[in-house]
Amino acid sequence: MNPEINPAEQFLRMDRMPHIWCPGCGAGIVVNCFTRALIESGIDVDKTVVVSGIGCTGRIAGYLKLDSFHTTHGRPIPFATGLKIAKPELQVMVFSGEGDLVSIGGNHLIHAARRNADIKVFCVNNFTYAMTGGQVGPTAPIHSIATTTPYGAFDQPFNLPFLADSTGAAYVARWTTFHARQLTNCMKEVIRKPGFCFVEIISPCPTIYLRRNRLGDGLDAMRYYKKNSKIMNNVNTRTVDLGDNRPIIVGKFVDRERPTLLEAMNQELCRKIGPKYEPYPTGVQK
Amino acid sequence: MKADPKGVLTGVHFLDGDHACCEGAIAAGCRVAFGYPITPSTEIVERMSKRLPLVGGLFVQMEDEIASSIAIQGAVWGGKKSITVSSGPGISLMMEHIGFAAMTETPCVIVNVQRAGPSTGLPTLPSQADMMQARWGSHGDYEIIAIAPNSPQECFDLTIHAFNLSERYRVPVFVMMDESVGHMTERVVIPHADQIEIVDRKRPQGNRQDYLPYQPVDGLVPAMASAGEGYRFHVTGLTHDERGYPVMTAETQDKLIKRLVNKIRTQADELSMVEEFQTEDAEIILVAYGITSRVVLRTLELAREKGLKVGVFRPVIVWPFPAERLLKAVAATKAVVVPELNMGQVVLEIERLIRGSVPVHSIPHAGGALHDPEEILKHIEEVIS
Repeated sequence: MNPEINPAEQFLRMDRMPHIWCPGCGAGIVVNCFTRALIESGIDVDKTVVVSGIGCTGRIAGYLKLDSFHTTHGRPIPFATGLKIAKPELQVMVFSGEGDLVSIGGNHLIHAARRNADIKVFCVNNFTYAMTGGQVGPTAPIHSIATTTPYGAFDQPFNLPFLADSTGAAYVARWTTFHARQLTNCMKEVIRKPGFCFVEIISPCPTIYLRRNRLGDGLDAMRYYKKNSKIMNNVNTRTVDLGDNRPIIVGKFVDRERPTLLEAMNQELCRKIGPKYEPYPTGVQK
Repeated sequence: MKADPKGVLTGVHFLDGDHACCEGAIAAGCRVAFGYPITPSTEIVERMSKRLPLVGGLFVQMEDEIASSIAIQGAVWGGKKSITVSSGPGISLMMEHIGFAAMTETPCVIVNVQRAGPSTGLPTLPSQADMMQARWGSHGDYEIIAIAPNSPQECFDLTIHAFNLSERYRVPVFVMMDESVGHMTERVVIPHADQIEIVDRKRPQGNRQDYLPYQPVDGLVPAMASAGEGYRFHVTGLTHDERGYPVMTAETQDKLIKRLVNKIRTQADELSMVEEFQTEDAEIILVAYGITSRVVLRTLELAREKGLKVGVFRPVIVWPFPAERLLKAVAATKAVVVPELNMGQVVLEIERLIRGSVPVHSIPHAGGALHDPEEILKHIEEVIS
């Protein structure tokens, strides 16, 4: 391999560079971790598909040189569910923001987790609607300033790992963009894990969120993540909410065995219909 | 290409329109369906859930119609044919994804078993008041195809046709049923698979690296790859160029939207599917579609018994509207009368096309029941006098 060329480039649409993300944004780190996970996992990239919704993170699909779908706001999860069902041999990964996946798309998130759709969801949480200029989001901390909470946010933010865990996700983790190595390893693990996987990635938005809340720049955010994160694998997700003066609890919280949507369907139909039923392919390698 | 016999329930059946529509979809090659219960379309998804697992497919009841209308598109990009079905409120929820399908040229079929609205309206009673929604319901400029069956047999036949047209033109195709057609039970003849013609989307040829997902190859329609075949293509609802890449310029918008619109508008004649009854000598032409096209056949009988020269023009495909055929049919008439189960929707298109050369009379009906054929006759007699 040519040492002059970043190994990530083979998975990027270099003809679309420069990208739209601001200096200090975490989206690029997420993409970089993902390309490394692709290389290190040895996965068949022609069978790997990326689906995004709308927003800054939603642009990830457009920069990855894979089969990639930039869908509608909030709907990458049901699109990905349909795609996976149609072609179970595909590895279907969703990259989108917390506004997309949890606010407008929240209903799809909890139902995909409940039915254990075999898709991998990476939720980049930057605490704001950055693409539209910084409105309050479903994870914005109390008191945080946004263009639509000019006096401070006052409604309770979601604890995303707890939400995914309690609705049945097979795998739940949280990392920050400071934890590039752990995030890459997490992605590699998720690629091999059947079922609905949910990974929250806490990510800085220096231009919109940090600046407006006087939290410094991208580098300050990385220092903050480094100093205040605490790795606590397998901890009860009820306890990992992000509050004032609390550490950012990161790690792998949930890794459970559950039949995927298609496996569960096959089990039920085999039971009822008997040998006449030809099991539907599930894409799960045993 | 012929239908896969596995999905074809050959024989003579006694089915309602909803069940016949489901069989049409399966005969057309649809193996993956998503939906959400809503009266009066629920019987379609119920039958889907029973039948699809027996033919190598599956139905998943999604959390809502928004999810259903995008899950079908994921399935289509995975190489399958897919369908969702709903009625008024559910179809309203799907509208953003109709635009997404139009923009990304994702072939799919949406069945609307129309009930009276707006809002919850009359869930168990018929209407034809979603005809303009089918055409214009999503934001932006685009074209779709809409077919209006008037019997269970046609629910079978025309659902197959809807799939074929969606694959041929890569557009969302609406099957515009209504509660009365959906719940009417009649004889449905399902032919042998080798008598059912099936159209599949054009696949790309040549090198994978050279594939341009939005470069038209067949008229104005591009070839369509599926995910997982090594093309590594990009699809977006943003305005895009031939590579499928977003380009935020007026020039790209102009080129793309003109192609999306023209790929249907320029085919309006090829797409026209019309039934005419006694139009040759008609002085009054009744234009009606869907269930109303059956009601007016009784009016036609009554009128002819009275010696009134009435004819019936029925667009089976309502959108794009068969303009040439209509203009030919009405050229020598004295008036056009348009009964429809809405407050006057398709009549606007007819007035636009006729441009005042013949008087056009609307017979609106707010829905919840069908027109009385004798009332339509009275209206004709008023027009004549």
